Amino acid sequence: MKTPADRLDALYSAAKTRVLVLDGAMGTMIQNLKLSEDDFRGDQFRDWPQDLKGNNDLLNLTQPLSVKNIHSAYLSAGADILKTNTFNATTIAQADYAMEAHVADINRKGAEIARAAADAVSTADKPRFVAGAIGPTNRTASISPNVEDPGFRNINFDTLARAYYEQADALVEGGIDLFLVETVFDTLNAKAAIFALLEREEKTGRHIPIMISGTITDLSGRTLSGQTPEAFWHSVMHAKPFSVGFNCALGAEQLRPHVAAISRAADVRVSAHPNAGLPNDLGGYDETPDQTAAHLQEWTDAGLVNIVGGCCGTTPDHIRAIEKAVRGKSPRQPAGLPKRLRLSGLEPFIGVA
Amino acid sequence: MQTSFINIGERTNVTGSARFKKLVMAGDYGTALDVARQQVENGAQIIDINMDEGLLDGEQAMTTFLNLIASEPDIARVPIMIDSSKWSVIEAGLKCVQGKAIVNSISLKEGEEPFLKQARACRRYGAAVVVMAFDENGQAETVDRKVDICTRAYNLLIEKVGFPPEDIVFDPNIFAVATGIPEHDDYGRAFIEATRRIKAELPHAHVSGGVSNVSFSFRGNETVRRAMHSVFLYHAIHAGMDMGIVNAGQLDVYDQIDAELRERVEDVILNRRKDASERLLEIAERYRDQTNSTTSEEVLAWRLYPVNERLSHALVNGINTFIAEDVEEARQAASRPLDVIEGPLMDGMNVVGDLFGAGKMFLPQVVKSARVMKQAVAYLTPYIEEEKTEGASSDAGVIVMATVKGDVHDIGKNIVGVVLQCNNYRVIDLGVMVSAEKILSTARTEKADIIGLSGLITPSLDEMVNVASEMKRQGFDIPLLIGGATTSKAHTALRIDPVYQGGVTHVLDASRAVGVCSSLLSDTQRDSFRTATSTEYARIREARNAGRKVERVAIEEARANSRKIDFTAYQPSRPSFLGVQAFADYSLSELVDRIDWTPFFRTWELAGTFPRILDDEVVGEAARALFKDARAMLTRIVDEKWLKPRGVVGFWPAARDGDDIRLFDDPTRSGELARVHCLRQQTLKREGQPHECLADFVGGTEVADYLGGFAVTSGAETDAIARDFEKLADDYNSILLKALADRLAEAFAEHMHERVRREFWGYSPKENLTNEELIREKYRGIRPAPGYPACPDHSEKTTLFRILGAESNAGMTLTESFAMTPGASVSGWYFAHPEARYFGVSRVEKDQVTDYANRKGVDIDTIERWLRPVLGYDPAN
Repeated sequence: MKTPADRLDALYSAAKTRVLVLDGAMGTMIQNLKLSEDDFRGDQFRDWPQDLKGNNDLLNLTQPLSVKNIHSAYLSAGADILKTNTFNATTIAQADYAMEAHVADINRKGAEIARAAADAVSTADKPRFVAGAIGPTNRTASISPNVEDPGFRNINFDTLARAYYEQADALVEGGIDLFLVETVFDTLNAKAAIFALLEREEKTGRHIPIMISGTITDLSGRTLSGQTPEAFWHSVMHAKPFSVGFNCALGAEQLRPHVAAISRAADVRVSAHPNAGLPNDLGGYDETPDQTAAHLQEWTDAGLVNIVGGCCGTTPDHIRAIEKAVRGKSPRQPAGLPKRLRLSGLEPFIGVA
Repeated sequence: MQTSFINIGERTNVTGSARFKKLVMAGDYGTALDVARQQVENGAQIIDINMDEGLLDGEQAMTTFLNLIASEPDIARVPIMIDSSKWSVIEAGLKCVQGKAIVNSISLKEGEEPFLKQARACRRYGAAVVVMAFDENGQAETVDRKVDICTRAYNLLIEKVGFPPEDIVFDPNIFAVATGIPEHDDYGRAFIEATRRIKAELPHAHVSGGVSNVSFSFRGNETVRRAMHSVFLYHAIHAGMDMGIVNAGQLDVYDQIDAELRERVEDVILNRRKDASERLLEIAERYRDQTNSTTSEEVLAWRLYPVNERLSHALVNGINTFIAEDVEEARQAASRPLDVIEGPLMDGMNVVGDLFGAGKMFLPQVVKSARVMKQAVAYLTPYIEEEKTEGASSDAGVIVMATVKGDVHDIGKNIVGVVLQCNNYRVIDLGVMVSAEKILSTARTEKADIIGLSGLITPSLDEMVNVASEMKRQGFDIPLLIGGATTSKAHTALRIDPVYQGGVTHVLDASRAVGVCSSLLSDTQRDSFRTATSTEYARIREARNAGRKVERVAIEEARANSRKIDFTAYQPSRPSFLGVQAFADYSLSELVDRIDWTPFFRTWELAGTFPRILDDEVVGEAARALFKDARAMLTRIVDEKWLKPRGVVGFWPAARDGDDIRLFDDPTRSGELARVHCLRQQTLKREGQPHECLADFVGGTEVADYLGGFAVTSGAETDAIARDFEKLADDYNSILLKALADRLAEAFAEHMHERVRREFWGYSPKENLTNEELIREKYRGIRPAPGYPACPDHSEKTTLFRILGAESNAGMTLTESFAMTPGASVSGWYFAHPEARYFGVSRVEKDQVTDYANRKGVDIDTIERWLRPVLGYDPAN
């Protein structure tokens, strides 16, 4: 397990025999720490001209121990794969805090913290992995922020791709095993991330598997940018990802049909990390660990998934219950797809042979 | 034209459409978007966008237009073809599309380096690619050059870029023919021949082209141009051309082109004689002002009728050949386009409705009539929208229909939808696997008058109850119709009617749907109809409660009275393999002879046994016409390989354990692979009649017995092809295809069972039965399906699918209600013992259900939900 190549081998062989468990929410756990503005600033940013409270990714630099403790809690709950605390660590998202210059540090440190936590408990029987979390940013490349001017965009493909490339470089430097392009609500943003990752692979010659996870934003069953699950898959299949799936926005119950849809359409592993139900009136999540686990167990029995975990509102208790529920169960066996011209707009298009 | 041919919209191209160019140059992107929208509405499956105009900033125009399209869901739903001769414009376009697009085009024109670089970029952007037959020496004109360049490009793409071959589309250049220059004479034939070779030699690649180029020398003579396009496409598609940039309005039906014109055009296109061009020129002038060509006159006497009668004739006879021109003529005569629909078209459909109601027309004919109607309306829609007159529509009512969540079957629902549309109802069909929220929110926004639910598998019954209770919870008061193969008046009365009081009605078949809807929506009949229905349902409930005296015995007693087979005297055959074997792309022609046609006619509500039904006095004519269409489509399904049947068969060492069957993954029977849980009859039996259970047909530890399993589908392709038909407003062929796919899946199961008996399991190696004998099941062994009478628990399919690896081996999956996808699928267990027979478990009691839940390790509530249709008691009590 010393070299990245060994870890990749271990990852592929673990994925062959069992359902892998992804960790749960980072944001929820950080919220529970009730950190103050001063905590967020630490020593390093005591005099920063802007408020920093809420910049969770910055904690990699200012409160590394807290981040590590969260990772360790998920590891002892049984998570196989950690998500780094880097969801917002792009120059685009960090512009809100004027912290563009620190993005590389945040990513590298975020990856290192997770790496150390994972290595500390990793064994040959239960190897642990680190996925570099790559979020959607706070802008959308195919939706206008301005209703009166539908052709307007406040971000473009090139800027996104550049930002993702920088983030990816620093994550790899910090020692991640895979990339997780997650919470995709605009597929064009994700395509920019994939573009950057594929370009990076071509330049460096090093293959790092990519997990892709979209977000179905409401009960219409589409992404925010309007794609159906199958259309989304067609848009990202060129990444030949390690897995594709969905996370966030919905609880397991509402997410199931969409996970089932992508499970039918895709010839790669399928992942799902739902929220702990739908948010209540106060924006909190009420689903208990057993409830979430029961859903994911049923999905596993139905052969829908290879990787399960949690998003907003899930805790180490949820992950413990999920891990227990899927332990010993066989992962989904992806079926090969017949060779067809597969395209998409908002809806999928499959050519007749 | 083949439905597998992909139609690419060409009007959003500044080099091809003067109107679009003018709009873009003037910056009128709003109207330019309308052009794109019309393309999609008219059936373009992909839209080609080209901004190559010298005075235009191509990158800017491409970006602006694509960003605008992104905010128009009715346009953005289809994929985009980004068309430019400048790479920078293509790249600008690729940066704006979230979907997977096609790049049109790249080529070897500037050599390998830029070609590979652009191909790699296309991969990173996630786009398919059109490759022009163009290299360092120019555009390919001969067959050999075209094929050589495409082959070179193909090998480079696959070997150096790792490009998926199915994402490669070749454009081997369509050039103008009959230009007067002898070197051009072979251009048509060269494209067609090159297409044939590319399709044969370069696996999975596609061929496309811009068709209108071919007729360039006949500009101004639309009749000849249309004939040239049709003839060219006819031959190119037969050679394997997959897609094309085509103006669908500029095509004739190949068979209906004037014979003389067609022959001379064909001479030109196929370069069949030296003087072909002169001979076409000779007669071309004669056609210059004709709007259409006709065939033999006697058959088409009805073409001489006044237009309204022609429309009526076309509707009643289901002829869609001339519908566009007839509707156009009627439109020009009418003061508003809507008048055409409300006048002659509705009159014609009323005739159809009356004939159907009187039993003088049958379902297949009605569906054909509906196709004509739909295509006529589709033709008129743009004019109606242009007029912006608020649709003072005369809908008989708005009906929201859906196959419920967890279920994928829709043939019956589609038929009902078509029949209702024929009767002037506005039908909003939400498709299959539709959640209660979606159904109810649509009903609300569309102000539905009625909701109709359909389903085929038993778990769908519960989902219907769920929808009904949601309707109550949300305060709906509109009628709810229930239909589909497993639904029944009894279930509706017992489970659904008590849950929702807005008028729940079970509809037995499509022919009743119109009567029920019109009664429910009629001010004068509504009350009496609803009273009659609810009285009838109340009576059913009472009878049920009073008559619930069917005697059943305790499960222990039933087990004591099991079928006693002496397995010590039985020598099971050992299957030729253990574990699973997958069958991909199974030969369709082997399945055709195994089709059981009787259920096919039943799907279309034509009652009778095949083949006698073809000579039936009442329905014979309709049955013959339907059978002819079905045979013709079957021929195409087989010849053109529309479907790719897949299946998987497995055998495992097995041992009966009580009412379960244990399966092992090795012949020593040490490692248990799975447990098949069976249910036993509990109905009181006459003396000497055993209480049957499938487990009884398998030996225990005293003998080395086996169990088999299978899952087959006639192919996942059906839905996409059916959707293509629907896009052409052709419900008839869509339903026909699905009905045939179902039959082929059954035929596959039958054929596979025969192979199992004779060869794979091999316990009846000498069996030799005719198709009729097979249909009457005159053979040894059975293949019961989970969810059906002998083993009514659908959830057992989960076990079957898991051990067969049905998803990876046959591309088959289960929905949350255990419906199989693709829809045309069959699965089941194989039992070989000579005494194995089909039976119905019928209703079971709580004692067995409790025991069954324990055996399965599932809680009792869940089991009761799955077994609901066969419970002999009410779990609520």
